[in-house]
Amino acid sequence: MSVLLDVQDLQTRFQVRKGFVYAVNGVSFQLDQGDTLAVVGESGCGKSVTMLSLVRLLPPAASIESGQVLLRGEDLLQLNLRQLRDVRGGEIGMIFQDPMTSLNPFINIGTQMAEPLIYHRGMSKSEALARSAELLEMVGIPDGEARLREYPHQFSGGMRQRVMIAMSMSCEPAVLIADEPTTALDVTIQAQIVELVKELRDRSGVAVIWITHDLSVVAGIADRVIVMYAGYIVEEAPVDALFEDPRHPYTVGLMGALPSLAGETGTRLTTIGGSPPDLVDLPDFCPFHPRCPYAIDRCRKENPMLEPVIDASDGGHRAACWVDIREVELEAGAAAGSV
Amino acid sequence: MSQTDSSNRAPLVRVENLTKHFSVRIGAYGETKATVHALDEVSFDVRRGETLGLVGESGCGKSTAGLTLLQLHRPTSGKVYFEEKEVTGLSEKEMRPLRRRMQIIFQDPYSTLSPRMTIGNAIGEPLWLHELASGREAQERISRLLNDVGLNPAFAFRYPHEFSGGQRQRVCIARALACEPEFIVCDEPISALDVSIQAQIINLLQDLQEEYDLTYLFIAHDLAVVRHISDRVAVMYLGRVVEMAPKESLFDNPLHPYTNALLLSVPVPNPRKERQREHIVIQGNVPSAISPPSGCRFHPRCPLAFEPCAHEVPEWREAEPGHWVACHAV
Repeated sequence: MSVLLDVQDLQTRFQVRKGFVYAVNGVSFQLDQGDTLAVVGESGCGKSVTMLSLVRLLPPAASIESGQVLLRGEDLLQLNLRQLRDVRGGEIGMIFQDPMTSLNPFINIGTQMAEPLIYHRGMSKSEALARSAELLEMVGIPDGEARLREYPHQFSGGMRQRVMIAMSMSCEPAVLIADEPTTALDVTIQAQIVELVKELRDRSGVAVIWITHDLSVVAGIADRVIVMYAGYIVEEAPVDALFEDPRHPYTVGLMGALPSLAGETGTRLTTIGGSPPDLVDLPDFCPFHPRCPYAIDRCRKENPMLEPVIDASDGGHRAACWVDIREVELEAGAAAGSV
Repeated sequence: MSQTDSSNRAPLVRVENLTKHFSVRIGAYGETKATVHALDEVSFDVRRGETLGLVGESGCGKSTAGLTLLQLHRPTSGKVYFEEKEVTGLSEKEMRPLRRRMQIIFQDPYSTLSPRMTIGNAIGEPLWLHELASGREAQERISRLLNDVGLNPAFAFRYPHEFSGGQRQRVCIARALACEPEFIVCDEPISALDVSIQAQIINLLQDLQEEYDLTYLFIAHDLAVVRHISDRVAVMYLGRVVEMAPKESLFDNPLHPYTNALLLSVPVPNPRKERQREHIVIQGNVPSAISPPSGCRFHPRCPLAFEPCAHEVPEWREAEPGHWVACHAV
């Protein structure tokens, strides 16, 4: 498969009164055609800013300091605004977390859905409306033609998210960026939306970037996963390898913190002590070390690079950590055994 | 956790046919009066020392249940008993001494703390209001509470904006604990927090339960969290409790089709299992509580629905010892 989207050394920072907030620090990843990449991390880890940087949908205080975003070899960071507009909603579709605020409450659904079709596809209004009605049916909203005349408040949260998905897929994008698309939804509706996106992806071959804080959702939808912390990618792996053989202490911590329907009960959850760091300085140490149970001296002095892990069960498994945590666990196990 | 057999303990709180309707005006100009059936004929009990989990999707009435139970909403009908003493119908004044013993922790630690009050004062307020302590003694208790919830006692003079979400939730917990309650309603206490912080708060709530001998009504939408923290679980759908059981029977042997659908909707954090398991997705949306479906409220979405479901409200019965369900089909 060919590389569709190639992001190289992306850096985004925000100007604040005291200086800069370093939100994204040298993020690189590739996305193949038809691939689903999940980006996981807690609030403020830079996952959303990374994805907004791809299409430069950033607030004025933010600036992209370096990097390349190559979509089929063309650098999106070099495009002028007009060229970029053809990409946004055209080649790259987007869904956001809150379907409540992503739709204009004063304009009916039909007009909002027709807009990208008219702009990107040069359709007439009536063609665009007819296509929009089909799209609504495609995302599971029956009686599409009648519903085009309705306004966002007449749709439930799950239905609005379906409308957003229909809109983002309307111009047959090559990449769909979904920024926490199910976070605001109930669990039964979340399951519906996840199934819908999977179905659309398999049918259209769109590559999906799924941003979430919820590792359990990732297990069901992703091919590969990126874990972010403090604006860095700390681990990248195929989904099975990540869940079965996580190598970064932060990933391990996230998984331990997650109660599951199948897990033991009556046990304590393992926690990650402390809270995420301020991003006001670029660290010359591992940003996770203050919360890391495995931290050694080197972690306080040098920030590790994202490098292939030792004995990877699968290609493309990389982690940014000075410690081989399996070795530490083995030693701990041996020490416990010898006592 | 209080995994000791809680089945033969006396109920601390008992709720009988609790109903709460809200009057609203609908239509473009508010010209039509309507009733939101937020809570209908709900009965359950919470036994001393246990955690009863209350789960359901948004709008199912789980928060209304918590607020009505505490008399923060006056119920439309039905009764609430605290230590077998009826509290519905008590005046505010008669209620006051009981309020000390029943507390609540809310979802959003950002909006529940006054930005103009130091957290020491926020925690101390219940002490002064209930005249439990003052002066140096109050200060000592505040320090101890901060320490118990894992915060530095020196933080007492700081303001809420200086704290992260998880720390603020710790402050809210300390405030709820200040007047030494026996019963705490935890209304989605971790939903606004990040995963790693959620785990910290869950562990803290469990530690405090042991230390202070607390009884929790734990309201949440996250089934995995509820399974982790609860002894028994009640599932709500559109204003009614549809199933209630000890957590093992509820999660291993769900009887109500809605409980089953909910459990199947939860993603499994294991890619291989997730690919293998059947993905039965429950169709449709939760109907409006203004005009809830007749009979069993779940019948329009229910795969097992048959003739009586649309007409008759299913009876709330004990299908197995300790396992209650309201469904015609089981």
